[in-house]
Amino acid sequence: MASTKQKRVIIEPVTRVEGHGKVSILLDEKNTVTQARLHIVEFRGFERFVQGRPFWEVPVLVQRLCGICPVSHHLAAAKAMDWIVGGEKLTPTAEKMRRLMHYGQTFQSHALHFFHLASPDLLFGFDADVAIRNVIGVAAKYPDLAVQGVMMRKYGQEIIKATAGKKIHGTGAIPGGINKNLSIAERDVFLKDIDQMLTWCRGALKVAVDYTTANLATAAPFGSFDSNHLSIVRKDGSMDLYDGNLRAIDAQGKKILDQVAPQDYYKVIAEEVRPWSYMKFPFIKSIGPKDGWYRVGPLARINTCDFIDTPEAEAARKEFMKLTDGKPNNITMAYHWARMIELLHSGEKIRDLLNDKDLQGTDLVTKGDRRDEGIAIVEAPRGTLFHHYRVNKDDQVVMANLIVSTTSNNEPMNRAVQKVAQDHISGKPEITEGLLNHIEVAIRAYDPCLSCATHALGRMPLEVILVDSTGTVIDRKRK
Amino acid sequence: MAKAKVATTSLCGCFGCHMSLLDIDDRILKLVELVDFNKSPINDIKEFTERCTVGLIEGGCCNEENVRVLRDFRKHCDILISVGDCATMGGIPAMRNTIPLKECLDEAYLNGPTVHNPSGQIPNDPEIPLLLNRVYPCHEVVKIDYHLPGCPPSADTLWEALVALLTDKPVALPYELIKYD
Ligand code: SF4
Repeated sequence: MASTKQKRVIIEPVTRVEGHGKVSILLDEKNTVTQARLHIVEFRGFERFVQGRPFWEVPVLVQRLCGICPVSHHLAAAKAMDWIVGGEKLTPTAEKMRRLMHYGQTFQSHALHFFHLASPDLLFGFDADVAIRNVIGVAAKYPDLAVQGVMMRKYGQEIIKATAGKKIHGTGAIPGGINKNLSIAERDVFLKDIDQMLTWCRGALKVAVDYTTANLATAAPFGSFDSNHLSIVRKDGSMDLYDGNLRAIDAQGKKILDQVAPQDYYKVIAEEVRPWSYMKFPFIKSIGPKDGWYRVGPLARINTCDFIDTPEAEAARKEFMKLTDGKPNNITMAYHWARMIELLHSGEKIRDLLNDKDLQGTDLVTKGDRRDEGIAIVEAPRGTLFHHYRVNKDDQVVMANLIVSTTSNNEPMNRAVQKVAQDHISGKPEITEGLLNHIEVAIRAYDPCLSCATHALGRMPLEVILVDSTGTVIDRKRK
Repeated sequence: MAKAKVATTSLCGCFGCHMSLLDIDDRILKLVELVDFNKSPINDIKEFTERCTVGLIEGGCCNEENVRVLRDFRKHCDILISVGDCATMGGIPAMRNTIPLKECLDEAYLNGPTVHNPSGQIPNDPEIPLLLNRVYPCHEVVKIDYHLPGCPPSADTLWEALVALLTDKPVALPYELIKYD
């Protein structure tokens, strides 16, 4: 039973994690942590209000869920609508244009997260002075790195603009295809800079590798725990961010699911509702809600795939797997390293696509037998993203189900918060600003969606209030 | 000349408007010379520490917390700007206004094809803020001085508007920069 002396610590707002998030921590009179939770405090109701809308409008509509990875929602919805119009076998030009858009987005998103958000913690330390532990501090001390971050993000955004028509909330993907190809002039602009981008990718990867190996003793246990991992993989087991079938493995690498078609996702995944968060808790049905939760995103993808189909990223993956003797890596802080491998992979993919003549093709849209249901999965920068729609004969959406990446990481982020609260806050007489940042660092490793902008130029605003059981504020810390 | 103070916030928005601000790319380094950021998700200032010249608001109001933050911005900023279609008109989230809130919640937490909710409970913990009956554009809650349309307004739109305001020029944006989505 909760003691009357129980204290409640609130961190609010943590971030925009698919909306606002906050952390609550309960402590007993000895400051031992008895409960720590990450709450997602925003609700928008997309599933209900897209009902009645014409299906072809959905790819431009649902991306307004998220301005940080709109391309993922745009493409997942378009892929689902491909099934509605019977156009799921895209023309080469359409598929490659969409892939280019997707790799452009992964490129900009990973660069943004690493340079603008994570690098201050890694370069200056979790407890560093607040005044410098942000991207402005990085710009002052490591100006080259900061400029690289800005320019890499710009490159990715320009690719999105060239394929989707607009940097944020574009319109390029349509049911059954795409509405433009890539002109030679557009292509040449990107080709001019791609080698520079790849060089910077290698540099960023090195920063992440060096950080992790140099700090392994503290980084390995930090917010870490064994977990299942889930992503899509290609038929031959390669990493594929745009298309593939579901694979899930356990913490030792044993396959739980393999080559499950996206159309069967609802047979293997369910989402638990808990009253204290607007974000649901997905789990693998065959294992159940208690132990069936899993991680998604860069770490999970590197763990689940058999190989990466671009040479430099594959070499980097092998290096990464050595750290854990070829077993799945369950280190939360290793997300950064994994993310930088994917940054390099996206750079390589962009280079290969730019050199592919199919991008100048003119056969943009296909069609086939009309269906009334469409299900699609993509690997968004932050993890596996599910879109599922049913449509009536008047072309109106009658059902929509979305499982966004950050939702799958809900339980893992909660575990990370609990672990850090237990390891670093429990029993401490005073909660310092540096300790608060430890909680942020753990949440941030997952790069939760919508928080990216909060992250964008540095850090999440955090407030912790110590309140006793009568509601009296005992202590208040703000950073 | 003392630097102008700028504050920004995202209410019921998707952060796309903040992302668009980042899309000014290397001009961001110039912006930092022109202004100091006060309360904003781009730094760690949680509550206003001083009066601000300009407040940029992304997103309308969908819950009680949004309203509190918006009123706080009005109190601390000389000029408030609704940035983007969500702040200006409620935007896509306001599509829920034609539907009873309960139906939206039921769809997400009871009816969806992957929902596992044996207790049938809808999230209601005191730790999560109460939702408003509908989504409100910002000017229905406080006085707003300027509206920048677009979903999101382009980086150039944001840049031109900010530079004009901060250098005491009239905000006369060319036609191409004023776009509704
Ligand atoms: S106006 Fe558009 S870009 Fe801005 S917050 Fe709203 S949906 Fe996002």
